[in-house]
Amino acid sequence: MERVITVALVGNPNCGKTSLFNALTGLNQKVSNFPGTTVEKKVGETKLSEQVKLQIIDLPGTYSLYPKSADELVTYEILRNKSETNYPDLVIFIADASNLKRNLLLFTQVSDLGVPALIVLNMMDVAERRGIEYKIPELEAQLGVKVIPINARKRLGIDALKQVLLTDLPSVHKEYFSLAAVDSDMLNLLSKATDKRNAYAALQYAINAKDLLSEKSLRLKSIFDNANFNIRQFLEDEVFARYHIIDVAVKAARLKPKDNLKQSLTRKIDIVLTHRFYGIGIFLALMFLIFQAVFSWSTYPMDLVEMGFASLSEYVKNALPAGVLNDLLVQGVLAGLSGVIVFLPQIVVLFFFIAILEDIGYMARVGFIMDKVMRPFGMNGKSIVPLIGGMACAVPSIMASRSIENKRERLITILVIPLMSCSARLPVYTLLISMFIPDTAVFGPFNIHGLVLMFMYLVGFAAALLSAWIFKQFIKSNQQNYFLMELPGYKMPLASNLFITLYEKAGAFVWGAGKIIIAVSVVLWVLASTGPKEKMDKVAQKYEAKMEHMSEVEKNEAIIGGLTMQQNADYLEASYAGQFGKFIEPAILPLGFDWKIGISLLTSLAAREVFVGTMSTIYSVSGADDDLDSIREAMLKEKNPNTGKPTYSLATVFSLLLFYAFALQCISTVAIVKKETASAKWAIIQFVYLTVLAYGSSLLVYQIFG
Amino acid sequence: MNLSEIKKGEEAVVTKVNGDILALKLFEMGVLPGELVSLEHIAPFGDPIAISIGESKLCLRLEDAAHIEIELKAWKEL
Repeated sequence: MERVITVALVGNPNCGKTSLFNALTGLNQKVSNFPGTTVEKKVGETKLSEQVKLQIIDLPGTYSLYPKSADELVTYEILRNKSETNYPDLVIFIADASNLKRNLLLFTQVSDLGVPALIVLNMMDVAERRGIEYKIPELEAQLGVKVIPINARKRLGIDALKQVLLTDLPSVHKEYFSLAAVDSDMLNLLSKATDKRNAYAALQYAINAKDLLSEKSLRLKSIFDNANFNIRQFLEDEVFARYHIIDVAVKAARLKPKDNLKQSLTRKIDIVLTHRFYGIGIFLALMFLIFQAVFSWSTYPMDLVEMGFASLSEYVKNALPAGVLNDLLVQGVLAGLSGVIVFLPQIVVLFFFIAILEDIGYMARVGFIMDKVMRPFGMNGKSIVPLIGGMACAVPSIMASRSIENKRERLITILVIPLMSCSARLPVYTLLISMFIPDTAVFGPFNIHGLVLMFMYLVGFAAALLSAWIFKQFIKSNQQNYFLMELPGYKMPLASNLFITLYEKAGAFVWGAGKIIIAVSVVLWVLASTGPKEKMDKVAQKYEAKMEHMSEVEKNEAIIGGLTMQQNADYLEASYAGQFGKFIEPAILPLGFDWKIGISLLTSLAAREVFVGTMSTIYSVSGADDDLDSIREAMLKEKNPNTGKPTYSLATVFSLLLFYAFALQCISTVAIVKKETASAKWAIIQFVYLTVLAYGSSLLVYQIFG
Repeated sequence: MNLSEIKKGEEAVVTKVNGDILALKLFEMGVLPGELVSLEHIAPFGDPIAISIGESKLCLRLEDAAHIEIELKAWKEL
């Protein structure tokens, strides 16, 4: 029989938790939600021996078990509830050796909750460089727990850790903080009311729950009131008592006294990166470089993907007998899929840069230098990371906003994140921009595509700030507001961490978007190739009548002259999809959009990148069968049947760009906002204001320039 | 004097931390009476500031730093 040991990784932020998780599990990890909650759960597995499997849950970094932000709450919720299915057999507590005292505060709290735990002492190399060394046996004796020194980034000590888990698994917890000074009658009442065996767990739960509005909370509050218990004073006493215990242990185990403060490398780098003038300049230059890279470096792999799909389409088309299945696969599924997969390289490059900046510790500096800028807009420096992350994908970024303690600042950040141009917009922007600006156009050393693209990102950012400012006027809060953030030491980026992050994100994009795109493409293809019988028949009759009196030679000439293409276009117009596009055309005509764009607007309601796939499906349905022209060229050829002018004028394209920059065309975002704000209200408000903004600005632009 | 008034190159000892939730949060992050504190960096727009305290480097706004009372170390002790 296989035995499974469940362990939870707990520690302060920036203590190397992710590196340890990756070192233990490699690619054998998945992200899901805890059942019935929005809490993101990262679980990995590894084998300790033939019979023993280790299941590892990665919990968000926190400074204490009195949660002050939503991500800290996650860790607390898992550890407090023994009946929880994810309750671990053991906590692996990761402590940063270069900052041991503060790290151990959380450790003693976790242990007092009644969970067996062991300590891994990480970043010993950093500590040593700072002249800090510990006698491990002495530290174990002082704290009464197993301590294993590791270096998670260099993967040292991992085997020793696995060995301990296999042969020497701690099964009891150690208690540190004494409740002797607390009224024992009150503790008894709390223990009964909260159904916790351990008095500390009961008291801690009661303190955290007392401000909720449930019946139970009111009962807990009245127990505190009756006992005249001063919670604020207790919390302060608790922290100091814990620090005292830790101080004794740490001092006894410490080998060398701290060196005189040397200028650390981190400090030298920070003098430049957070500098009054260079600081901001370097930040902007970095952002600019990223856009250039996203646009120019990704061209080669994108060409490869495009070529791959073209030959795959050819192959499928020739290999399968002509007919409905062939058409469905080639014109529906493959056309839709290739239109999106082609943008995977750009998305990977973008995620690569964001992951690298996060991994080396630069993102915290951006928060530091930008805090003052964000404040007038009702946000703070911590909003910067989710906002920049929003350029990759809004969904994880909305979850990343959990680190913002203040509820109002967090809500405003969540509301405006979708205005940051996410990677799903890249395909749309790329297609539309390249319609009017040739790839090769340069301005000095810069690619003009890159400049226009950067402009679109700036438009999104400006709209985000403006909307945030407006929300700030309406959303009120009486919560105490503060901004307190750790600046971790710089680290070299770790290739394996980057690789795992990219693998996860690229996989999520391909499978997540791929599923929607295939479904939408198939439905769309069906809707675009079938229609009300009388209308379809009318088109058929019209062309039969035209062809009736022609000779074979004349027929061939007519086909070459575009008659088939015209016929296909007429069929599309008569189809269900065409009917729908026609139906909404009056509403979008003032924005410069025709009914074909109308179809795309409908399909990209679920996910905006579907726009490109839809365009390829529409144009490969309406185009001649053997015409494998790229969509861009097909769109450029498109003429307005009434005026004879091109459908895609500069004003239409600009209007379309703005529409896609602002509109909330992403089901996943709506769902995550509803979960994270715990109400449908904010999800609806967000959807409505973004739709109004998109429609309004497109209308304005087209009416002025159209 | 409080931490918002500290200048670059000065070293001080934290004597008291005021405030409600903020004080508890500061304690949890290692800002404790008796710890040595010094100013590391000032953000481009003059606020927030980055301080070195104990073994950590934290950044905080001037209005929050005003809750932390400090005593400058006398020159001879340095």
